[in-house]
Amino acid sequence: MSTPTTTDTTLLHTAYVLGLGDDALVYSHRLGEWLTRAPQIEEDMALGNVGLDLLGQARSLLTHAGELEGRGRDEDALAYLRDERSFRNVQLVEQPRGDFADEMARMLWFASYQLALYVRLVDSADEVLAGVAGKAVKEVAYHRDHAAQWVVRLGDGTPESHERMAAALQRVAPYVAELTSDDEASVWAAERGIGVLPSSVEDEVHEYVASVLAQATLEEPEPARWHARDGRRGIHSEALGYLLAEMQHIHRSHPGAAW
Amino acid sequence: MSDDTTAAHAPGANAQGWPLFEVFVRAKRGLSHVHAGSVHAPDATMALRNARDLYTRRQEGVSLWVVRSDDITASSPTERDSFFDPAADKVYRHPTFYDVPEDVEYL
Repeated sequence: MSTPTTTDTTLLHTAYVLGLGDDALVYSHRLGEWLTRAPQIEEDMALGNVGLDLLGQARSLLTHAGELEGRGRDEDALAYLRDERSFRNVQLVEQPRGDFADEMARMLWFASYQLALYVRLVDSADEVLAGVAGKAVKEVAYHRDHAAQWVVRLGDGTPESHERMAAALQRVAPYVAELTSDDEASVWAAERGIGVLPSSVEDEVHEYVASVLAQATLEEPEPARWHARDGRRGIHSEALGYLLAEMQHIHRSHPGAAW
Repeated sequence: MSDDTTAAHAPGANAQGWPLFEVFVRAKRGLSHVHAGSVHAPDATMALRNARDLYTRRQEGVSLWVVRSDDITASSPTERDSFFDPAADKVYRHPTFYDVPEDVEYL
């Protein structure tokens, strides 16, 4: 193995930060879709607030990625002018909105992963990343708690809510392993104290989710026979293309438009 | 989701299944909790979370109370006169008959 060149270093560092930013950006878009569609207006607000927290994280992270990359791309250029293959988010966050139980299952896994990650990123050698993580920890702890509260209520609710919560966990299961899979950029970043190795938080994430499921009288779903992979390398499911088309079309149709 | 299987069918639930809670916010230490509004929620714990999202996102408070609206016993607007007016003609209930000595400050 040869020592990475400066260019490799820049690419890997940028790629790592972009992965974190794209997770937050894409999931914030999916959560925004719940406005007016949640069971109650209070829940519209709650999911919208979670989405806005994530959007805030995405803005800081994409801005930072643009600066690291050094090619003059700002947060908007990165959010609106990249195509599917350049997005580095995990496939869990791009999956189409399902029912409310699906969303709580997804949020429980994703927020548990994000919290375990951000708690460690507070000590990142990348000061900007450490700063973003420091602010995000409190937000993400709340997201995780919100999802946990609902999973417990649905799991330990009526026979129908129990059944539907269990089905939702099963549907989300194939997208869980990717959260804690290591890719080239995260290995590179972890070795330099910039990032956190996703596999290093796997046990913690699973333990937390298991504790919530136990309280919710739910079984852990069967391990998925197939699981998503390579979102961090730009390999995505069909859903991301439609999501980006909706998210990006105004910016692309009216370049430079402002309020 | 158009159906409503997530709703708890608690007593006093509204048409969509969730009861109403009144929200009280304490703006800072030393002040009282003040009524801020209401939220729907399946139970008190979730009501507290909904209230946090709706009423304290901009650092309006350091403490929140929620209480089931059904659990509040309120005076009736139609009884306003009999409840509150008699106070006006009982002047002896108001401390207006005392001469305040000149050298008493801060009274």
